[in-house]
Amino acid sequence: MAVQKYGEQTVMALNGDEAVAWAVKQSNVDVVAAYPITPQTIIVERISEFVHNGEVDMEFVRVESEHSALSACWGASLAGARAFTATAANGLALMWEILYIVSSTRVPLVMAVVNRALSAPINIHNDHSDTMGARDSGWIQLYSEDAQEAYDNTIMAFKIAEESMLPVMVTLDGFTISHTLQNVSVLPDEVVSNFVGERKIPRIKIPTIYGEKEVPFMLNPKYPITFGPLDLYDYYFEHKVQQNEAMKDTPPIIEKVHKEYGEISGRSYEPVHMIPYKTEDADVIIIGLSSTMSVVRKVVDQLREEGKKVGAIRLRVFRPFPAEMLRKELSNFSTVGVLDRCISFGAEGGPLFLEIRSALYSSPSKPATVNYIYGLGGRELPPKLIAKAFNEILEVRAEPGTPIVKYLGVRE
Amino acid sequence: MSTPMLGWKELPMGAVAFISSKEYPTGEWAVFQPKIDESKCIKCGLCWIYCPDSAYRWDGENVPVPSLEHCKGCGICAAECPTKAIEMVRV
Repeated sequence: MAVQKYGEQTVMALNGDEAVAWAVKQSNVDVVAAYPITPQTIIVERISEFVHNGEVDMEFVRVESEHSALSACWGASLAGARAFTATAANGLALMWEILYIVSSTRVPLVMAVVNRALSAPINIHNDHSDTMGARDSGWIQLYSEDAQEAYDNTIMAFKIAEESMLPVMVTLDGFTISHTLQNVSVLPDEVVSNFVGERKIPRIKIPTIYGEKEVPFMLNPKYPITFGPLDLYDYYFEHKVQQNEAMKDTPPIIEKVHKEYGEISGRSYEPVHMIPYKTEDADVIIIGLSSTMSVVRKVVDQLREEGKKVGAIRLRVFRPFPAEMLRKELSNFSTVGVLDRCISFGAEGGPLFLEIRSALYSSPSKPATVNYIYGLGGRELPPKLIAKAFNEILEVRAEPGTPIVKYLGVRE
Repeated sequence: MSTPMLGWKELPMGAVAFISSKEYPTGEWAVFQPKIDESKCIKCGLCWIYCPDSAYRWDGENVPVPSLEHCKGCGICAAECPTKAIEMVRV
């Protein structure tokens, strides 16, 4: 029941989608514009129920597409509102144009993406193709392992977004998390409400030919400014570099918000960017994202009983990519297996693998790396296949010339 | 443009506009620009209303004056002028 140290938390039976909806309900959100899509639907349903029942002071905008959903949230946020949307797979794909517009105009939106495979052929189950495709769109990406973390990440995302003035995607695995009932510790409304506070609008200095003027960073008729104007070869490059540098400045903000959240909830997910499991004396480890990693940890326990020195690392923050931290964390292992629940067509491995391998290229010890592409379209990854992968990477140093990119759990 | 070119550390975030469109001489793009026959002008102001670039200046009494620095030469004013007082002339 209630955890006394951190105040009264109510343990509720919620699935991942409901957990996100509860986080939104408690986070002083002004506007939600969303379009339902499996497996995100429950988020939208619950939020619209909260609005209908008068449980929240929130504007729910019913839109005709995801493109409009994100556009409406963008406009609301530019006008000073705290806005939220949620989507999955093809819905995220339809938002593509606006994803870049939101991040490039430095709008601190929060969006839950319930990871689902992209069409065609149509598939409603989990893989990471959708958010991995959006990895270059300038959004911070937090990957959640379970419903509790989806709840916690959503609350923290508002603070991270507004302190960094960059949008945040909170992801949760379709069905595996979104539709699975779990005991979720829910904080009291006022604790969350105080934690996220009211949205503060930063002020910016604009150099004009008439001299510098200071204005609030929002659409306000008293202080007119233009968002998204024509920007050609004379300034576009500078603006993109500035945006990229802002992204690179976010890790301390992400860590600070986790620490603050830990103080009210007891859940700070340290060390925040990646969570190691039995890695201290490990020879080889498997790194991956989201719910699969709970199964990987079970397999680590089994193999440890057999005397095998294996470990696991779950990456929580994929954007900005913590390359330096990973280089430090991974350099001591002889081999690193990388799980990708996504295919990057025509590339030498999945997106997570490519970035980890690239980060390790400048590590002096250069661990061997092996990529396992798994679980597309919701395909199960049973423990015995994870054990098979561990046993392979334990031997990979002794067998040079083995392929570095493999499929796990596919029929030939 | 007399404004010095700013680096990425100096620019306001979010690529908000910091140079007014008044400072952007889009008139350089024009192939044709309007020439007004003042004897035919009835000072109705339709050219001033229709101009998509707000390039016309008009005090409501005299003949409207197009700012050729901003006129891109679309010819809408000439097409709308009820007395055919505007001729598009090759620049």
